[in-house]
Amino acid sequence: MNNAALNLDVNALLPELSMVVAAVVVMFLDVFNRGGRSVTRPVLPWVALLGVLAAAGASVWLLGQPVSTFQDMAIADLFAEGIDLVILVATGLSILLSVKYIPTVNPQTGEIYALLLLVASAMMVMGSAIDLIVVFLALETFSLGLYILSGVNRGNALSSEAAMKYFLLGAFASGFFVYGAALIYGATGATQFSQIGMQVMSGQADLNLLYPGIALLLVGFGFKVSLVPFHMWTPDVYQGAPTTITAFMSVATKAAAFAAFYRIFLVALPAQQPVWGWALAILAVLTMTLGNLAALRQTSLKRLLAYSSIAHAGYILIGLTTGTPAGADAALFYLLTYAFMNIGAFGIVTLLEQPGQMDVDISAVRGLGKRRPLLAFTFSVFLFSLAGVPPLAGFFAKFFIFGAAVQGGWSWLAAIGMLNSAIGAYYYLRIVVDMYFAEPTEETAIASKRSYAAAFGLAIAVVFTIGLGIFPNLWTALLEGGLNQIAMR
Amino acid sequence: MITVPYLLSIITFLPLVGAVLVVLVPGDAVKKWLAFLFSLATFAISLLLWTGWQNGAPGMQFVETAPWFPQIGVYYTLGVDGISLFLVLLTTLLMPIAVYFSMLYVKKSIGAYMALMLALETAMLGVFLSLDLVLFFVFFEASLIPMYFLIGEWGGQNRIYAAVKFFVYTFAGSALMVVAILLVYFSTGTFNIVELQFAQIAPAVQMWGFIAFALAFAIKTPLFPFHTWLPDAHVQAPTAGSIILAGVLLKMGTYGYLRLARPIFPQAAVQMGPIVATLAVIGIIYGALVAVKQQDIKSLVAYSSVAHLGYVMLGLVAFNMIGISGSVLQMVNHGLSTGALFLMVGLLYERRHTRMLDDFGGLWKSVPLFCGLFLVVALSSAGLPGLNGFVGEFAIMQGAFIYAPIFAVVAAFGVILAAWYLLTAFRKMSQGEITNEENARGQLKDLRLSEVLMVLPLVVLFFVIGIFPNLLFDKINPSVEAYMAQQSVRIEQGAPMTGLSLQLPDGLALSNE
Repeated sequence: MNNAALNLDVNALLPELSMVVAAVVVMFLDVFNRGGRSVTRPVLPWVALLGVLAAAGASVWLLGQPVSTFQDMAIADLFAEGIDLVILVATGLSILLSVKYIPTVNPQTGEIYALLLLVASAMMVMGSAIDLIVVFLALETFSLGLYILSGVNRGNALSSEAAMKYFLLGAFASGFFVYGAALIYGATGATQFSQIGMQVMSGQADLNLLYPGIALLLVGFGFKVSLVPFHMWTPDVYQGAPTTITAFMSVATKAAAFAAFYRIFLVALPAQQPVWGWALAILAVLTMTLGNLAALRQTSLKRLLAYSSIAHAGYILIGLTTGTPAGADAALFYLLTYAFMNIGAFGIVTLLEQPGQMDVDISAVRGLGKRRPLLAFTFSVFLFSLAGVPPLAGFFAKFFIFGAAVQGGWSWLAAIGMLNSAIGAYYYLRIVVDMYFAEPTEETAIASKRSYAAAFGLAIAVVFTIGLGIFPNLWTALLEGGLNQIAMR
Repeated sequence: MITVPYLLSIITFLPLVGAVLVVLVPGDAVKKWLAFLFSLATFAISLLLWTGWQNGAPGMQFVETAPWFPQIGVYYTLGVDGISLFLVLLTTLLMPIAVYFSMLYVKKSIGAYMALMLALETAMLGVFLSLDLVLFFVFFEASLIPMYFLIGEWGGQNRIYAAVKFFVYTFAGSALMVVAILLVYFSTGTFNIVELQFAQIAPAVQMWGFIAFALAFAIKTPLFPFHTWLPDAHVQAPTAGSIILAGVLLKMGTYGYLRLARPIFPQAAVQMGPIVATLAVIGIIYGALVAVKQQDIKSLVAYSSVAHLGYVMLGLVAFNMIGISGSVLQMVNHGLSTGALFLMVGLLYERRHTRMLDDFGGLWKSVPLFCGLFLVVALSSAGLPGLNGFVGEFAIMQGAFIYAPIFAVVAAFGVILAAWYLLTAFRKMSQGEITNEENARGQLKDLRLSEVLMVLPLVVLFFVIGIFPNLLFDKINPSVEAYMAQQSVRIEQGAPMTGLSLQLPDGLALSNE
């Protein structure tokens, strides 16, 4: 068989394939654990991590040589590799945090790591998909995996509720997405992004089908990245899911869904930018504002971080609203810094959680600065970065997003975004206040779990949260110039 | 003459190096002395700026530049001119004094405290030395974090409220400045502060940009009615924090106005000038009137700062040679005088653990040395001729008079009020009979030699600046002259501003594509 004619360049899928291979190996090794004796279980996270590292290596190797594969249904360009790296960072950090944590939730760790790797690989496919069908396949694959992962704590009612809620609403949202995809296919007769784009440009598309199609796609994506008003599930699921899974979800799902979001809007529907630009702008304002206002009132750390992640989805959406390569560039940088700081923050929560509990009350951090100074310092770095205070990475992430907005003529949106980040500063600071300026109480978490793997993961997250703030160009140097590619295709 | 490469970077980051070392070394005594040593070394090195200064040169000196994020035009550029020189020296001078005071009196987790102080010094020096808007903003915002912890951890009764208010208020104030910085960049293509003085910016961008910048700096300065965070922060902050807050941090607001808001948006600044001047004058009178009624000496000094910085703002808005030079000098003077006032109040507080005026009386009889020094400091703050405060205020009044006599006339009342509240405070503290047992001779210890030595450099400078102001003016004036000339050119060449033009042009695309 001639691979060139069928355009089956397997190299382009090397990152995804290494993840799948690692998942299979993990599952295979897990077989030797029957009978309650954990022979290979301790090595499973490290095998999974090896897969992540291999995938990261493949992604870096693919940088700068865009290859399309499977008859132009997927592509390995710089944008895809950038998204891959974000997802891999999220996966790697979550695995490190899980080493000690996941066994307390569910002893069947093999399945969890295998699922995590498969979910991540589907998310990576989402970043390379340039066809509506592939997007849908990837979307469903990772969603199904996530429904299971959020319910792995089977003995816990909250966790089961979270999984059920996520599943029902997620299935509904997938329905919206498929419906939208079908309408767009009806309007243009194509599922491949650039073909849709050409049809629309040439004026042959049926606009009566196209616009409802765009709207339905927007609803489907809005659910996945939790935009207001499609965010209702987020706090419950984030609270109920095991915390390391929540950490992974909060970043990787956003990266994958935003990636597909960007490609569809920039490649397939650039001509409609004036229409969807405004729709997205309104969604961004709602999402940032409601997310931040709701976060002000939370007493649970996980729910607070859930609402904060809704607000951050709003900031990232601003980058897409502009419809420019600069916006995509900024969003990619935002997602990367967000991976380090947000998973870092959730990582602290995993360490503070008491056995058997799925959540941490905000009062549990009181006086943490005196009990566990290093932990409190680490948490503060993440929180200040999430608030966008220089010289941490979160500041430059916002700076680039709002820069793209101003450049694209959306200054008012940037202004609303900055005012929102000032609201955000208040609730992030509230945690810092409790950690440092309050005396320890009996409720102060003793931080029962001490895990070298988690400490290592947090150390990486801190180094990058500070490092990307002082040298933000390290990342862009890696992807320099490549982000213009997606708009051209 | 010694020339040191990367002099400005060394001055800026030496304290940060010290902060890291202070955290790492063991032992409280070692930490204390190390912090003091680093702040002193920074001061000593910063004196090289004075010795290596090219007199009469108007432009930036000791300039350093390196690409930081060249893809979007962000550079690490530092430089110093006659306008910023003395603010840098003020910072490096006040810091060892504040650190020394803390060595004597701060007991709680001294290592973290010293590290925060030194980190704060780096942020402040960075603000005064940055020649890149983004770099400036990073330092400007970074200064919030150490100050927030200093107030929140080592402050008084109501410290948490004050710390959060300080942070959120100033953070929110500068939020819109980020958008304005980006607007400026996309209309001119540069973040360089020097180049921006030569750029032409569309009227609407100027107006929005000026509003956003001015708001951020008005909150920082603070200008009436944005001042409410200041009394809270000052009263609650530990003494060294107050010295730095009043002495240096507030100047970041007036310096920002002078270095950025005014020269980047000259036409908008001219148009909005009367509003800013009116707020400044209201602040002068309001701050002074509230200060008169204060019981707590720290609170009194805090409100006097609102009034004094009103003068500085007035001189900047007046925009004539004498007004601006006076303002630059007055920033330094206020730093010295108010820094010294907080230092004296702190020394008294450490002895009596109260700052209420009614608790004192007749101190002259028990602690004459303290009272003598306090009187000199108070007179300097009140602007007595022969001392530093007079020169600056007088120049500002002259400038304001040329700008619009009414402002000068009203502001002059502020001088009278300043003498009133400062001398009243002194009278209540020092004169009359000793009414409270605890103030009696023998109970209350007078200043030790080490404490006198701490205040002495400031007092000497009061006299030096008061008698030989030209030592400073000689270096300030050439820069101010060039600064003014450049803006006059831009105002002449710029598109006319007709009324309030706020309609932004659609899409500010850069021409680099």
